[in-house]
Formats: sequence, C-alpha cells, structure tokens
Amino acid sequence: MLAYIFRRLIFAAATTVAISVIAFVIIQLPPGDFVDAYIASISATGGQVSLAEAEGLRIQFGLDRPMYLQYFAWITGVVQGDFGFSVEWRRPVSEVIGDRLWMTVIISVFAILLSWGLALPIGIYSAVRQYSIGDYVFTFVGFFGLAVPNFLLALIILYFSFVLFGANVGGLFSAEYQLEPWSWGKVWDLAKHLPLPGLILAIGGTAQLIRIMRANLLDELRKPYVVTARAKGMRESRVILKYPVRAALNPFASTIGYLFPFVVSGSIIISLVLSLPTVGPLLLRSLVAQDMQLAGTIVLMLGVLTVIGTFISDLVLMWVDPRLRAGLDG
Amino acid sequence: MSEQAATLPLGTTSKAASSAEERIAVATQLQLTWWRFKKHKLAYASGIVVILFYLIAIFADFLAYSDPQSTAAARSFIAPQGIQWFDEGEFRPHVFAITGKRDAKTFKIIYAPDPTQKIDVKLFARGYSYRLFGLFKTDIHLIGVDDGKVEDRIFLLGTDLLGRDLWSRLMVATRISLSVGLAGVTISLFLGVLLGGISGYYGGAIDILIQRLIEILRSIPTIPLWMGLAAALPRQWSVVQVYIAITVIISLIGWTELARVVRGRFLALREEDFVVAAELSGASQLRIIIRHMVPSFLSHIIAAVSLALPAMIISETTLSFLGLGLRPPAISWGVLLQDAQNLQALSIAPWLLFSAIPVIIVILAFNFLGDGLRDAADPYG
Repeated sequence: MLAYIFRRLIFAAATTVAISVIAFVIIQLPPGDFVDAYIASISATGGQVSLAEAEGLRIQFGLDRPMYLQYFAWITGVVQGDFGFSVEWRRPVSEVIGDRLWMTVIISVFAILLSWGLALPIGIYSAVRQYSIGDYVFTFVGFFGLAVPNFLLALIILYFSFVLFGANVGGLFSAEYQLEPWSWGKVWDLAKHLPLPGLILAIGGTAQLIRIMRANLLDELRKPYVVTARAKGMRESRVILKYPVRAALNPFASTIGYLFPFVVSGSIIISLVLSLPTVGPLLLRSLVAQDMQLAGTIVLMLGVLTVIGTFISDLVLMWVDPRLRAGLDG
Repeated sequence: MSEQAATLPLGTTSKAASSAEERIAVATQLQLTWWRFKKHKLAYASGIVVILFYLIAIFADFLAYSDPQSTAAARSFIAPQGIQWFDEGEFRPHVFAITGKRDAKTFKIIYAPDPTQKIDVKLFARGYSYRLFGLFKTDIHLIGVDDGKVEDRIFLLGTDLLGRDLWSRLMVATRISLSVGLAGVTISLFLGVLLGGISGYYGGAIDILIQRLIEILRSIPTIPLWMGLAAALPRQWSVVQVYIAITVIISLIGWTELARVVRGRFLALREEDFVVAAELSGASQLRIIIRHMVPSFLSHIIAAVSLALPAMIISETTLSFLGLGLRPPAISWGVLLQDAQNLQALSIAPWLLFSAIPVIIVILAFNFLGDGLRDAADPYG
C-alpha cells in the first residue's frame, strides 16, 4: 500500500516538473519578449522608447540572460512563492491572480462532486432498468452532453435565460457582493450562483461516467453470483448494491483521474462565456497581451491543480479497490 | 462460393442458410465489420449524415450564393428571410426585396421585407466566381437572382454585423472545420500508430517510457496548453500557415487515445497463434505487422478515428471561438461563433446562434457513427 502511494507520488512529482517546463516553454514561445510588446503598445499611441531604455527594461526584467538561467530563476521564485511580475498589470502575479485560483478550484471541485453524485445513481438506474424509457432518456441526454461543447451549452443557456427570464445568468456574485470582502452573506451568494456553471461544466463528464458505470454494471449483473444471490431470496436492492455495484466501481473510479484535467479545461472556457471570476478570462487576456509570466503561472497552477486532483483520485481508487491496498496490483 | 453452394444437393432453405454461413466463413474482417455495422441503424444513419456534411464541404461554394467575404454597412444584421414558394397559388419561388429605414430616434437601420417587390429565385444562377474542387473556375451557384446583386437579395439565415451572409459563410466554414478535423486526425493517427505500435510490439522499457509520456500528456489540462501554444503563433502568419499550425497543436494531445488503442491491440495480438506461426515460418517483423496484425485491428482503428474526429472539431471550434485559432479572413464554425460570443450581439442578432447547429449535429453524428463502428469492430464478439 505504501509502495503504491509512493509510486503515485513520484509520478505526480514527475508530471509537475514536466508541466513546469511546458509552462516555461509557453512563456518563451512568442516571438519577441514583453519589452517588444510594450514598445509596440507605446508607439501605437504615439510615444517613443529609445533603444537604451529598451535595454534597461530588459535587464530590469532579467530578459537578457540565457534561457536555462531564466528557467531556474523563475522556478526558484515559484518554489518560494514568488511567481514573478505581471508586466501588464504592473503588480506581482500572485496579487493579480488573487482569489481567482480559488474560484477555479471551487467551481471545478463542485462540478466533479456533481458529476459523481449524478452519474452514480443514474448509471445504476440505467443498468438495472436497461432499455426502459428512463434509460433511453438518460442515454440521449448523455450523448447530447458529450456532443455539445460546454461553451456552446453555456452560450445557449445564457441566451435563452436572457430571452425567457430577462436575467443575465453570468457571474458568480450578485452586484452588491462583487467587491465586498468575504462574509457569510457573500458565501451564500456564491452558493446560489454556483449550480448553473457547475452543471454546465459537469454535464460532459457526467455523460461519460454514466456510460462507464452502466456498461460495467451490466457486465457484473450477468454474472452467476448475482443469479445465486437472487435465487437465495436476497432483497433486490441488496443484490445490486452489495456486490455488483462495488465491483463496477473500480473502472469508474479509475476514470476519475481524467475527469480533473477535463473539468479544469472546461472551466477556463465557460468562465469566458459566463464571465466568471476564475483564472480563465485572465489567462486569455494575458496571452493576448503577451504578459507571459502571468500566463505561464496560470498554466502551471492549473497543471499542478490537476496533478493534485489526479493524486486524490488515486487515493480514492485505493480506497474502493482492496487489491491495490493489498499491494497486488497497480 | 455460389458455385460451391449450387453443387450441393440440398433443399432451397438450407442451401440459402449454408451459403450465408459460407459467406461469413470466407469473408474478410472488414466485410464482417461492414455487415454488422449495417445492422446498427442509428450508426448507419449517422454515417449518411457525416457523408452529407462532407458533400457540403466539397460543394461549399456552389451551395453558397453570396460572396462570404463581401461586406456592406447597409446590410448589417438583417434578420433571416425565408423563400416564398408560391405566388397566388402558383409555384414561383421568390423573395421580397428588403428595404432599410433609419429610425429617427435610435439611428438604427430597421429592415423590412417589401411584399410588393417580388424577386424570383433562380436555380444555377451566376454569382461570385470561385474554383470548384480548387481547379475549375466557375461562377454557377445552386440559387441566385437575375435581378440585382444576390448579396442584397437573399438572406436565408440573415447577416452579421458587417453585412456578410450567414448561410454562405456557414457553407464555407463547414469545409474548413471538417477538413481541420481530418487533417488533425491524420497527424494523430500517424503518431498514434507509430508510437502505440512501438509501445505494444516491443514492450519493455520503451513501452514504459511511452506510456508515462501519454499519462503525463493526458494529465495536463488541454485548453490552457492549446491556448498557450496557439497564442504564440505570429500575428503576421498567413491563413494557411495558421491552419497548419492549429492542426498540429490539436493533434499534440489527440494521438494519445489512438496510441492507447493500437498498443492494446498489439498486446492482445502478439500472443495469438497466427502471429506465432508467422514468426516461426520466418516472416520479417514488418511483414508480420503489416500483413498479419494490421488487417485484424484495422476496424478498431477506423472506430477510434471516427471517435477522435469530433474531438478535433470541438478543439478547433473552441480555439477559434476564443480568438486564438483560425483568424479572419479564414472562416470556420469557431470563427462564426466568435461573433455570437456576448449577450449584446445575441440579443440584437439571435440568428448568429445558427452556427451552433451544424457543430452539434456533426459531433453527435460522429459519436453515434464511432460507437456503431466500435461495436462492429468485434465481428466475432
């Protein structure tokens, strides 16, 4: 068991390093650096920057050093909690991101809990009542949820709620709480705004999980031990929940790991459509402005977030699968 | 085989049954898959929908009537206008002329159809010139008008802010969006078969290495990664350069799923008797792979590809929607949806949401098709 946790930890660390390199490469990718973009924006408004001033700026931001040194300087800072300086906002990156990362975490975790909470009972229902009307309805909704990209879903819901109810469903807070410090009132306000974006975000993953759960449980239900249990007169709910559902949970739990990157990805784009105060809109804006230290930090943080999520789902998997606990598999 | 069946001294019914059995016995893997696939009605219908969409893609310019790039401030945000099929009980397809009047208070132009001015809609009319299949220069379109410029006459799905016809843009966008999917899948397929094949065939250290690479790639959230890469494309790049770059970016992740399928099949087949037999008879590795192994999992690959295609199309649409993918003047579904991004635009011109419909239909169709193909890929199962 410890060996398994240890192996997963090593993997999480390796993935984190890989993500940090990717984030840094993204920072370095655009042709030219921030100083070029800065000069371009100044000359667009009629101002001028001399070559000497440009060099001075480059040295100030450490852009004159070789690439690997810049990486080490950056990663050393990151480890110490210094994520660099957002040149567009003229403030430290950590200040610019602020609460937004937590908003991303809250929405993503909420969406994942919602996916599990919906997929588990619906999956069991669809398998036990195979080919019933309910099964067909859920299969259709599931296919629809898989097929419609969630930003389109957000767009369509945004439009129809505006036309039908005259309400703008965007945002996570009511206007009066937007700039307020945290209070219980604000938390309650957030809780009221969370379900809609959470549901939009969850629907794709839920559809996938329902299909997996349904297929696994159908395989289990055909096995002789289920027939035996029934023949012995066990109550139907117990026949289904006691063993087949538990056995079907294993592949279900192992797909949870892929759900995290999927949901975090989705949160970026639906945040743009629904104007949620997550890191999504910030990432797009920083990329367009080539404010790369900010953009790189966001990519890094989102990556680390999914690594942590995947690690937790590994632990969940261990909890539901006794073979992993006994160190037999994995 | 019908000859063999005819020589057998059997009754008619058993003759038919035995010839059907023989047909199955001698059929190739692909034939078996096809027969099984045809039984899957929903997948079969979805296959037809997909083919229709690709036909639209091929004949996009013919099906469009207005020049998709032609702008005019005087045609901004005209609502969709249907074709009137009958005129006083007589079949005569026509449209009403659209007249715009500026509202004295809001200064907005308000358009209204004028039922007194009827303009006949002609088949195979002349319009803007284009190249059919990229080769033959022509200006024939499916519909058009003789009276005046077609850009000012027909508005099947309305116009956007710049007065460009949405129907015509949707046709041309179909071509670009669907071809990005195909190109992306081709690159993914190449990488997936190569790396998945190496991984599954050789096993050992290289297998572990490739599997870890796939795991790491799949644990990174894709959209931020794509956004970062796509934002790095130089602004001055041409449409074609951006198109190629976007295709490569979306296939960077897409290959992992295909590699997983290929590796799984290789692992399963490596132990099969016929592969061992081929090895013992001294067949070369390349021959074993191409002649013996690939045919038996070709149908699995086709199924995996048809499931990978919609993911590619969604990726391109997403990136273009964010303004980081294909850029105007290129037209794709994502580029069109970008116009429908905010509530203000949607409340003025709700018809801009039409662009979402082909995206949803094509992706649903590909998913049903891929599901049916996956079921059919195991014809003995």
